[in-house]
Amino acid sequence: MTAPVLRSLAGTLCLLALAGCAGEQSAFFPRGAEAERIETLFWVMTIAGSVIFIGVVVATGVAMLGGQRVRRVLAGERFIAGAGIAFPVAALSILLVAGFLVMRAGAAGEDAEGGLRIAVSGERWWWRVTYLGEDGTQIESANELHLPVGEPVTLELTTADVIHSFWAPQLAGKLDMIPGRINRLTLTATEPGVSRGQCAEYCGGAHAFMSFQVVAQPPEDFADWMANEAADAPAPQGESEARGAELFRQAGCGACHTVRGAGANGRIGPDLTHVGSRRSLAAATLPNDAEAFARWITDNQHIKPENQMPPYTIFDEAELEDLSNYLESLK
Amino acid sequence: MSTQPDNLPLPNKGPRPEHELEDLKRVWATPKGFRIVTAVNNTVVGTLYIGIAFLFFVLAGILALVMRTQLAVGDNAFVGQDLYNQLFTVHGTTMMFLFAVPAVEALGVMLLPQMLAARDLPFPRLSAFAIWAYIIGGLVFFSTIFYDLAPKGGWFMYPPLTLTEYSPGDNADFWLLGIGFIEISAIAGAIEIVVGVLRTRPPGMTLARMPIFAWAMLIFAAMIIFAFPAVILATMLLEIERAFGWPFFTAELGGDAVLWQHLFWFFGHPEVYIIFLPAAGLVSMMIPTMAQTPLVGYRLIVVALIATGFFSFGLWVHHMFTTGIPALSLTFFSAASMAVAIPSGIQVFSWIATIAAGRERLRLTVPSLFILGFLFIFTLGGLTGVMVAIVPFDLQAHDSYFVVAHFHYVLVGGMVFPLFATFYYWAPLVSSRMLSERLGKWAFWLMFIGFNVAFFPMHITGLAGMPRRVWTYPSNMGWDVLNTISTVGAFTIAAGVLVFIIDLFRNFRFGNGPENPWNAGTLEFLPNDVYSTRSIPRVTSRDPLWDRPSLSREVEEGLHYLPGAPTGGRETIVTSAVEAEPQYVIQMPGPSWTHLAAAAFTAAFFLLLTIKQVTIALTCGVLAIAACLVWTWQLDKPSQGEVDIGGGIKLPTYMTGPLSHSWWAMVVLMLVAASLYVSYFFSYLYLWTVSPEVWAPAGSPAPPSLLYPLGSAAMFVGGSALILWAGRRLPEEGRSWSATPLLLVAAAILIVGAIGLEVLGHIGTGLDPKASSYGAMVYMAAFLTGQAAFATVILCLFAVARQVTGQLDRRRRVTFDNAALFFYYTSAQGLFGLVLIHGFPRLIG
Repeated sequence: MTAPVLRSLAGTLCLLALAGCAGEQSAFFPRGAEAERIETLFWVMTIAGSVIFIGVVVATGVAMLGGQRVRRVLAGERFIAGAGIAFPVAALSILLVAGFLVMRAGAAGEDAEGGLRIAVSGERWWWRVTYLGEDGTQIESANELHLPVGEPVTLELTTADVIHSFWAPQLAGKLDMIPGRINRLTLTATEPGVSRGQCAEYCGGAHAFMSFQVVAQPPEDFADWMANEAADAPAPQGESEARGAELFRQAGCGACHTVRGAGANGRIGPDLTHVGSRRSLAAATLPNDAEAFARWITDNQHIKPENQMPPYTIFDEAELEDLSNYLESLK
Repeated sequence: MSTQPDNLPLPNKGPRPEHELEDLKRVWATPKGFRIVTAVNNTVVGTLYIGIAFLFFVLAGILALVMRTQLAVGDNAFVGQDLYNQLFTVHGTTMMFLFAVPAVEALGVMLLPQMLAARDLPFPRLSAFAIWAYIIGGLVFFSTIFYDLAPKGGWFMYPPLTLTEYSPGDNADFWLLGIGFIEISAIAGAIEIVVGVLRTRPPGMTLARMPIFAWAMLIFAAMIIFAFPAVILATMLLEIERAFGWPFFTAELGGDAVLWQHLFWFFGHPEVYIIFLPAAGLVSMMIPTMAQTPLVGYRLIVVALIATGFFSFGLWVHHMFTTGIPALSLTFFSAASMAVAIPSGIQVFSWIATIAAGRERLRLTVPSLFILGFLFIFTLGGLTGVMVAIVPFDLQAHDSYFVVAHFHYVLVGGMVFPLFATFYYWAPLVSSRMLSERLGKWAFWLMFIGFNVAFFPMHITGLAGMPRRVWTYPSNMGWDVLNTISTVGAFTIAAGVLVFIIDLFRNFRFGNGPENPWNAGTLEFLPNDVYSTRSIPRVTSRDPLWDRPSLSREVEEGLHYLPGAPTGGRETIVTSAVEAEPQYVIQMPGPSWTHLAAAAFTAAFFLLLTIKQVTIALTCGVLAIAACLVWTWQLDKPSQGEVDIGGGIKLPTYMTGPLSHSWWAMVVLMLVAASLYVSYFFSYLYLWTVSPEVWAPAGSPAPPSLLYPLGSAAMFVGGSALILWAGRRLPEEGRSWSATPLLLVAAAILIVGAIGLEVLGHIGTGLDPKASSYGAMVYMAAFLTGQAAFATVILCLFAVARQVTGQLDRRRRVTFDNAALFFYYTSAQGLFGLVLIHGFPRLIG
C-alpha cells in the first residue's frame, strides 16, 4: 500500500500552507476508516488525472509546435476516436468500479448491528447530541461528540429547522440533515485525538460558526467519560459557584437550558449539564474558560451574529464572574 | 466533406437596379436618436444584450472581489455576516442567471442571423421584448444589494431556509422575481433560436452544412425548453408556499424540502451545459479559422453536442449525493456523471486534431490565446468533475471549497474564456475597429494567471476542511495562506478584465468593421450592413467563403437570392428545416414601442407584486397584456402575392399550417408548457412516494363525486369540438362575418367553466390547500391548467377581434390557428390533470 507515502506527500504539501492547530478539520489527515479510504481514492484519482492532464497539454503543444509527421498523426478522426472515446470509456469504467467498491466498503460498516448510536440534530446554529443507550436511556450533550476508537458508531442525523450537513473531514464524508428524515452515517475512529467538524450545508445566518469537535478516545477512557456524562451536574463547590448557581436559577436560564440535577429543564438551547468539561463554547466558536462564558453571556450577538440567544447585560461584573465560574465548574 | 461542384448560374443577374439597395437601407434603417430603444434588429439589440450581460459580469465580479477581500485572512471583519450572505447569493445568481445564460443567448441573437445570412431572427420584437424585460428585471434585482434587500439563501435557495419562517422579509421574493424574468426571456429566446436555426437558413445550407455554433444553439434552445420549466415550477411552488402557505416543501405537512432540490437541479445541471455548449460551439468556429483548415471531426462534434444535451438531463442527482439517497440511484447517477465526460473529451480532441491539421501553425492571436487558456482550464475542471462524480470522494468535496474550485474551472474556463475569445474574434461584426492585439494579450495573461492563482489553491483549501459560503473562518485552521493567495489571484483577474474594458473604450466603435479580417470560412464574415447581407447566398459547403472565394463579391453585388425588399417591408427567406429549400418569404415587423411597453409593464407587474403593491401591480399586468395585444395586432400582415427571389424561384409571402414559422413557434411553446406540466406530474408522484401514508392524509375529505371531473372533461372536449367547428366556419377572403367568433367565445366560456367546476368540486369537499401537501398539489393542477386557459381565452378573444375587423379569414388564418393549437393543448393538459387528480387517489386508496 502506498498510502503512507501519499500521506507524507500530502503532509508536505499542506505544511506549506498550514500552521497552528491546522489539520484538525482536514481530509488530508484522516483519522477514521471512511476518511482513510476516501483519501486513498483521492490520491489515486489525482495522480491519474494529472497524467491525463499532462497528456492533453502535451498533445496540444505537439499539435501547435510539432513536426509535420507527428501533427499528421494527431490530425485524423482516428486520434479523436482513440483519445476522446476509447481511452475515457476504459479509464472511467475502471474508476466507476473503484468508486463503487469504496462506497460498498462504507456501506458494510453501516450495516453493523448494535454498537453505539448517537442522535445528532442540527439546530440553527449548534448541534444537539444525544447518546442513545441500548436500554433506551438518552444522555444529552451538545457541540461535542465522543467516540470510542476502533468501534463503528452510527450517527442518526436529523434537523430541527433547516437543512444542515454533518461534516467531520478527518473521520468521514458529509451527510445532510433534512427535515422529516433520519440519515445514518457511520464513523469509525482509527486513532485517539481531537478533530473538528463544521456544518457544510449553508443554513443561513451564522452558518460559518456552526462547528463541533469530535473526541476519539480509547474505549476505556470513553466509558469513563460516558459515566461522568450520564451523571447529574456536580453541586457547586465554592461560594462564587454557589452564587452563580443561584443567579442561573433567578435569571431564568433554565427556560432554555437544561442542567440535570439543578432543576433547569429548558430544551431550546444546548444542554449545559457538563458544559464545563467541553472543549469549546458556542459550537466550537470560543475556547472554554470563565472569561469566554462572560463574553458570551453579554456579547454573544457580536461573537456569533443572529444566534438565538439574546445578550444578557443585566449582570454586574461580580455577578458575571460568579455565573461564569459556576458554568465553568459544570464538569 | 461533401463539396459538390457549383457550376450553376448565379440566381440573379447584375448589375442590380439601384433602388434595391436604397430600399434595403430604408426598410432596415436603425431608428435615430432616442428612438433607438425601439430598434429590433438583431445587430442592435444583440449588441445591447451582450453589453448588459457583460455589465452584470463586471458587477458580480466586483461582489466577488469584496468577498475575496473579506476572506483574505481569517477572523476578518471587512464585511459582516449578513452582507456577506447576500453577497454570495447575488454573486452566484447574477453570474448564472443574469450573465452566463443571457450572454450566450445574446451571442445567438447577435451572431446567428449573420452566420445564417438571414436578415434577422424570425420574431425580432420577441427577442427585443426578452432583452428589455431582462435589462429592467436584472437591474432591479441587482440593485437590492445596495439597500439590504438582497436574497441570502444562496443561489440555489434551498427550502426550508427560504420559506417565510426562516427568511422573512422580501429578500427571497426578489430572488424569485429576478429568476422569473430570466425564465421569461430565456424561453422567448429559445423559441426564437429554434425557429431561427431550423427555418431561416440560407438556401442549400442543409443541417449537415450548418456551422457548429448553430448546432450548439439549437441544442442549447432545446435544453432550455426542457430544463427551464422545472425551475419555473419550482419557483412558482416556492412563491406560492411563501405567499399563501401551501406546504409543498414543509415536511410536517407532507411536503419535502428535497423536492425543491430535484426540481432545481433537474434544471440546474443542464444549465451548466446550457452555458457550456454554445461556448464550445464558438470554439469550434474559431479554431478552424486560426488554423486555416476545416474542422476535423465535424460529425463527431455534432454527435457529442447532442449526447451532452441528452446526458445532462440524467445527472442532476450528483448535486445531491450527500442527501442520503439510496446507493443504487447513487451508482446510476455517478455513472451518468462520468459518461458526460466522454462527449467533452471528443470535442477537446477534435480541437487538438484541428490545430494539428492546420496548413500553417496555429496563429497565436488573442482569440487563440483565450482558446488555449480555455482548453487548459476546462480540461482541469473536467478532470476534477470526474473526481466529484465518484460518490465517496464527493462526500468529502461536496459543499467545500474544492467544489467552488471545480465549478469555477468548468464555468469560467468553459464559458468566460471562450467569451473573451469571441469578443476579440467577432468584434469586427459590430465595431468599425478591431480590438487591440496588444491589450488583448495583456488581458489574457492577467486573466489566465490570475484565474489559476485564485482558484487552484481552493482545491486544497476545500479538502483542508473549509466549507463554502462561510463569511469568515478561524485564523488557526491553516487556511489563511491559501486564502490570501486566492485573493491575490482574484484581483489579478480583475486587472485583466480592466485592461479589456480599456481596450473597449479605446477601440470599440459601433459600425461595420473590416471585411473578413481573420480569413474565416463562414457566412458571418460576408460584407454586412443593417440588412445583414445584400443578397442571401446559395450555400454548397460548410466553409462557403473558403470554397468559393468569389462569394463575398457576388453577395455584395446582389447576385444571390432576395437582393432587394420586394414586399416593401422587412423580410427574409424561410427554408425547410432539413434540406433548407426555400419555402416562403416571411414579413417581419420593424421598430416599435409596443414590445418595449410590454417589457416595462411586465417588469413593473412582478416588481410591485414583490413589494406587495397588489392593485398597482395588477394594473401594470393588464397594461402589459394590452401592450402585447397592440404589438401582435400589427403582425400577421396579409399576403403580398408571390415574390421572385432569383434563380427562377417564386415564393409566397404568406404561409399557414405546419410550414409557417408561427406554427413552429406555437409548437415550441406547447413543448415548454408540457415540460412544465411533466415537472408538476413528477412532483405530485414524488411527494406521494415520500409520504404515501398521507396521500390523502387521514381526516382529509374524500375526492369529490366523479360527476365533477366528468362534467369538467365534457367541457374540455366540447370546447375543443367547438374550436374544430369554428375552424371550418372561417369566412371567405374579404368577408368578416361567420359563426366563428360566436364559437370561439363559447369555447372560451367552456374552458373557463371546466376549470371552475374542477375547483368548485374540491372546495365543496372542504379540501384545504394549506392543510397538507396533498391538498396543495390538487389545487396546483387546476392552477397550472387555469394559467394555460387564461392565455387560451386571450388568444380566442384576440382571434374574435381580428375577424370582426376583417383581418381573419380562410386564408389569413394564423391568428386562429394559434388560438386553436393552444386550446387543444390546454384541454389535453386539463384532461390529463383530471385523470391524475381523481384517478390516482382512488387507484392507490
